[in-house]
Amino acid sequence: MHAIARRIGFYILTAIAAVTVDFFIPRVMPGNPVDAVLAKMQGTVVTQATRRALELQFGAAGTPVGLWGQYVHFWSTVLHGNLGISTSNGMEPVTTVIRGALPWTLGLVGVATLISFVLGTLLGVLVAWRRGSWLDNLLPATTFFQAAPYFFLAFLAIDLFATKLGWFPGSRAYNQLDFAAFNWSYISDVLDHAVLPALTIVVASAAGWIVGMRNVMITTMDEDYVLIAQAKGLPKRRVIWYAARNAILPSVSSFSLAIGFVVSGALLTEYVFSYPGLGFLMLTAVQESDFQLLQGIFLIVTLAVLAANLAADFVYVFLDPRVRQEA
Amino acid sequence: MAIGISEDLGGSPAADPGAVAALTPPGRGRRLRLPRSPKILVGLGMLAFFVLIAVIGPAIAPDNPAASSSVTGSVPLGPSAAHWLGTTQLQQDVLSQLLAGGRSTILVAFVAGFAATILSILIGVTAGYVAGRTDDLLSMLTNIFLVMPALPLLIVIFGFLPSSGGSDDPLIAVIIAITGWAWGARVLRVQTLSLRNRDYVESARLIGERGWRIIGFEIMPNLIPIIASSFLFTVLYGVGTYTALTFLGLVNPNHWSWGGMLFYAQVSNAELSGYWWWFVPPGLAVALLGTSLALLNFGIDEFINPRLRVAGLSRRQARQDGAQALPRRFVLGLTPVIRKGQR
Repeated sequence: MHAIARRIGFYILTAIAAVTVDFFIPRVMPGNPVDAVLAKMQGTVVTQATRRALELQFGAAGTPVGLWGQYVHFWSTVLHGNLGISTSNGMEPVTTVIRGALPWTLGLVGVATLISFVLGTLLGVLVAWRRGSWLDNLLPATTFFQAAPYFFLAFLAIDLFATKLGWFPGSRAYNQLDFAAFNWSYISDVLDHAVLPALTIVVASAAGWIVGMRNVMITTMDEDYVLIAQAKGLPKRRVIWYAARNAILPSVSSFSLAIGFVVSGALLTEYVFSYPGLGFLMLTAVQESDFQLLQGIFLIVTLAVLAANLAADFVYVFLDPRVRQEA
Repeated sequence: MAIGISEDLGGSPAADPGAVAALTPPGRGRRLRLPRSPKILVGLGMLAFFVLIAVIGPAIAPDNPAASSSVTGSVPLGPSAAHWLGTTQLQQDVLSQLLAGGRSTILVAFVAGFAATILSILIGVTAGYVAGRTDDLLSMLTNIFLVMPALPLLIVIFGFLPSSGGSDDPLIAVIIAITGWAWGARVLRVQTLSLRNRDYVESARLIGERGWRIIGFEIMPNLIPIIASSFLFTVLYGVGTYTALTFLGLVNPNHWSWGGMLFYAQVSNAELSGYWWWFVPPGLAVALLGTSLALLNFGIDEFINPRLRVAGLSRRQARQDGAQALPRRFVLGLTPVIRKGQR
């Protein structure tokens, strides 16, 4: 399939760009990450070889290897799945640390994004269909929630539902004292802890889907085929279905733009909730000057976003026959 | 037309060239209808208020935002006559911090929006007008910036800055702009692409006008609504991003900003202790500033695509305008646009 092949090519290119950016940031920025890392490594034996490896990694002055050689070296470590060591996690490999945090982020952000997309799209259809009714008042409200920073909504959620009402826990992903076995009480505990972060992400991101869907739906409702469907006397539900099916395409294709924002917001949400995912890990890494972990997380997050985009592209090709015929 | 974009990354309604086709015909005699939409008016009013705060806020703040009114207290005090919005843990006046904190947020957001808009015009219009290989390259660059998640990238960038760095507002604005120009560039490219083959541009080319003149005098005037909308979008992005970066304590530890207030609130666990007066005012300020920008943007969208208008459609208003013959519920294929005074 031509269209999909093109997209895959583009994502590979973007992944290469991300690795390149990851490589250049420590070299462009002022400051000396090597010394910062070595300072963190006090207590372990720092050999000359360690120092050399770090200098190669961050491109500090004094490395005999040229820039191109450093770049090739960086690629070879990345391709071997070696993202360095994490100084803030007891010198564990970065990949191990990330593997521990990734499922939490994938679960939380994946489920919340799905809920938000479905809910937002349905509401958008409804608002478009009932244009001119009280539902139009929903739009300014959603604008407010969209403009409010994710972490502010997280603050409000914690203050209201965790501190004042005490309905849900306001931080962490599970009750650490209770963690005994992978049984039902553990699962329900995890779900309990996920409610507020997920709610924050859904409330903050649904507005975009509502407005986008409404706008396209209104334009689609003026199409001739919708008018004919109604003139034929088809049931209203059927007519809405015909219009909505076509109106959803731009929403799917603008998914790529949205997912970046959602992921950014979700990282902040995790931070506020002390949710043990990549966002929380990333900000700990910043505070602890754990540079290799920082670089590693950026790579993984970018790759995850690209994968989500690819999935959206597959859905798009599945939904729109015109893309299939283009090839 | 917004449908069926396979090589592009998707279509926002504003990127719909079909909808914009009805845009300002080149020439005169068209009065700007913009300020009559309530969304625009409310948005402009709110924005003006925030800009005013940014200008005079630090001067009218009742206290020094960093000064502690008492050295003994260690619990944030709720709103009182002495401190209208209460105090922080260090007994600093929240209202003063709020008034002092607007300036950097608004400054950075507008500088970032401005820089990003210039970048997006340069890249987007060039790509759309020149076409061919240059277009392919520039579009690819745009799309790469579009899908790369911006905040993680910014966190890495500012994470590598030494802690003394990152307090230079214009520099922060430019870094934010570099991650935020792509959306505008893509929308502008699509629109330029559709404009460059219009008859009037074609005839300008036939007369022998130079490329830069065609871009500057024939194409640019028709891009103004889109440029305005992408400017507002980027300013909105700048507000959010700057607030996020200050909230994380990555930039600007030295002077007050709304994100910085939230940073201190979070560090002191204000949300877990119920000190709402500490984090609600700055958060609300950011949200309302964002809402004002978004409302303006909606207004421009409705200007570009009149079908999106809601105001002209409410039944009550329609009746006030004397159009009794309207159907009870608007159905398909019919978009009545009623203007006041048109009887």
